[in-house]
Amino acid sequence: MKTLIALLLALTASGALAHKPSDSYLAIRVEGAGVSGQWDIALRDLDFAIGLDDSGDGEINWREVKAHHADIAAYALARLRVRSGGADCPLRPTGFLVDDHSDGAYSVMRFEGRCQAEVETIEVSYSLFADLDPQHKGLLRLEHGAGTRTGIFSPERASQSFELAKISALTQFLDYSREGVWHIWIGFDHILFLLSLLLPAVLVLEGGHWRGVERFPPAFWEVFRIVTSFTVAHSITLSLAALGVLALPSRLIESAIAISVVLAALNNVYPVVRGRRWIVAFAFGLIHGFGFASVLKDLGLPQGALLIALVGFNVGVEGGQLAIVSAFLPLAYALRATWFYRRLVFVGGSVAISVVAGIWLVERALNMKLITP
Amino acid sequence: MATSFLRAAMFAWFAAVAQAAPYVPKDDTLVLERLPVRPGDPIGRELRRLRGTLAQDPRNLGIALRLAERYFELAGAEGDPRFVGYAQAALAPWWNLPDPPLDARVMRAILKQYSHDFSGAMQDLDAATREDRGSALAWSWRAAIHMVQADYAAARADCEALGVIQPGLSAVGCVTYLDGTTGRAGAAHRALSDALERSTGLPSETKVWVLTRLAEMSLRQGDIRQAEAHFRSALALDVRDQFLLAAYADFLLDQGRPAEVVALLRDWFRSDILLLRLALAEKAAGAAAAKEHIDALKARFDAAALRGDKLHQQEEARFNLYLLGQKEKALALARENWKLQREPRDARILLEAALAMKDPAAAQGALEWLEKSGHEDPVLRQTAQRLKGLKP
Repeated sequence: MKTLIALLLALTASGALAHKPSDSYLAIRVEGAGVSGQWDIALRDLDFAIGLDDSGDGEINWREVKAHHADIAAYALARLRVRSGGADCPLRPTGFLVDDHSDGAYSVMRFEGRCQAEVETIEVSYSLFADLDPQHKGLLRLEHGAGTRTGIFSPERASQSFELAKISALTQFLDYSREGVWHIWIGFDHILFLLSLLLPAVLVLEGGHWRGVERFPPAFWEVFRIVTSFTVAHSITLSLAALGVLALPSRLIESAIAISVVLAALNNVYPVVRGRRWIVAFAFGLIHGFGFASVLKDLGLPQGALLIALVGFNVGVEGGQLAIVSAFLPLAYALRATWFYRRLVFVGGSVAISVVAGIWLVERALNMKLITP
Repeated sequence: MATSFLRAAMFAWFAAVAQAAPYVPKDDTLVLERLPVRPGDPIGRELRRLRGTLAQDPRNLGIALRLAERYFELAGAEGDPRFVGYAQAALAPWWNLPDPPLDARVMRAILKQYSHDFSGAMQDLDAATREDRGSALAWSWRAAIHMVQADYAAARADCEALGVIQPGLSAVGCVTYLDGTTGRAGAAHRALSDALERSTGLPSETKVWVLTRLAEMSLRQGDIRQAEAHFRSALALDVRDQFLLAAYADFLLDQGRPAEVVALLRDWFRSDILLLRLALAEKAAGAAAAKEHIDALKARFDAAALRGDKLHQQEEARFNLYLLGQKEKALALARENWKLQREPRDARILLEAALAMKDPAAAQGALEWLEKSGHEDPVLRQTAQRLKGLKP
């Protein structure tokens, strides 16, 4: 009868792969001599290897997984070896989470380690589940600088070496500049602040009424003064915060940035500060610099090339800013005498900006979500 | 080309993962995963005992084979390839031997064919049948692989050899499966029904298999009502069998009854082949869950591409053709699949994809197969006619 069953199975079993097979997802990031990463391993596989279902009810809950975190780390890290220059880079776990992949829940272990010297060639040996399930595969993503490599580990290919391309200082500089441009482009609060200060640059206040400036040079120099002082100010605090000299709580910073936008916009509707707007730009620029610094920190600062990253990022921010200004100024100058510009863009726009920034302020100060997705 | 596709798939996956952020559950009692085998079940206990014994004595072939068989059965029932890996691990001491003991060799062949290593499997089966002409298991698997490759002459020889060793339902099942595929569905249906009536004390699993085949044979003769009756008798036996469910779901989809498929497969999210049918049915029925299931299938196919698997191509072609509307990719997958597997459903997706692309030449292999084999399925025949009717 066993043969019969086997035969019957045989005649339908082809293409019977109804499930995703066992894989783990290993991400490793190399920076200088430092190694950090994240390893996603299926809970089902871990249960088979070391047993997670303590209650024996066929279900694995978070308490059972937590109770086994040390076992998971010991088991997994004993089966992953990272070497550089002939010496081990010992790894240690730094945190545990879970994640849902398309085929079930995975344990997510974050880890870090140090090699003896800056890594030029990294050798990764992977033997997770090789003895239990020879069809298991480890899918590696290796990050170094801006480059990403991939690899697939199986029992036949358990050890692989990757030569890391030397990242030139120029590449690094350009990478961070790009990030800087990107940040100013998506950082609406910085753009709106700047616009609020720039909107009146092509106008003059006479007898309680705004009218267009006569000639281009004064408008240009006004914009130049504002942009320059904003830049100088935020460069100062960006550098100080990025280097760790100064630190302020991010909620305070983000709220203060929102306030700066509200005030700058309202000042166009109810002028308090007339002329000398560059001083306002400078004062509030100091606050915006802290905001830039927190982005830079999130990006991760390469220890070996701190200055390059800092300058690169800053140049990127200025470049992005310059692009916005050079699109704004000719347009505003051309339209300055129109009702459309003076009433709709200048007054209407300023009111709109102050409303949006006011909502940001509430969101940031009270830690709630109103309009920000 | 393949490498760059793999790289693209890999980055796509990592990008998708970057969005799905890992989290720390807030509730200790949150159930993260359900295991297919409970430790306390009889099968769970038996597996644990066998593993324990084998750990003490890894070269004990008897225990290793028992464990491998148990895991292989589980792979069939659950459709989870992990169990095939576990079976392979049990056979580790014999896996790379040029001349392993007979039973180990046959089991190794069975596991190799599961990963579509048909030539490796056939080498082992050739050696096994040379060594012992009386190995019914080895002949069965030879027949199965030859059927998949549409080598019907060789499959018939295997069935005949099996009939000599073990006359009865196995041999009848073997021959009628062959006849039912190659233009003699009516006779095959009669012979298999007779054999089923004559057999007594059959396990339900076996009955399910026979009834599913009878349903297929009825469909090939265009007898919808009889096919449905066979499917219903098989379902009434209450056996977990995803091949039955897949075949019945396809039948219902062909009959334009998607709502019943949705009800039938609601709890089979984990099985890729059934999730595909579920998503097809939900799309046909206009159900809201279709999008979520299509996304899940996409993620699974991407993951398979990532690890370099090509075991899914027939299903993936269907997915691309009917759920993503990617006709060109569907046709490429169906053609690639046809190189490896040539069963009626492989022919069907190739014909349908070629029709969608208005490219009869691409389905030349399937058209020739239909001609030569004499396969009767009216759906395939109609599709082939429409394809041939296209102006070149």
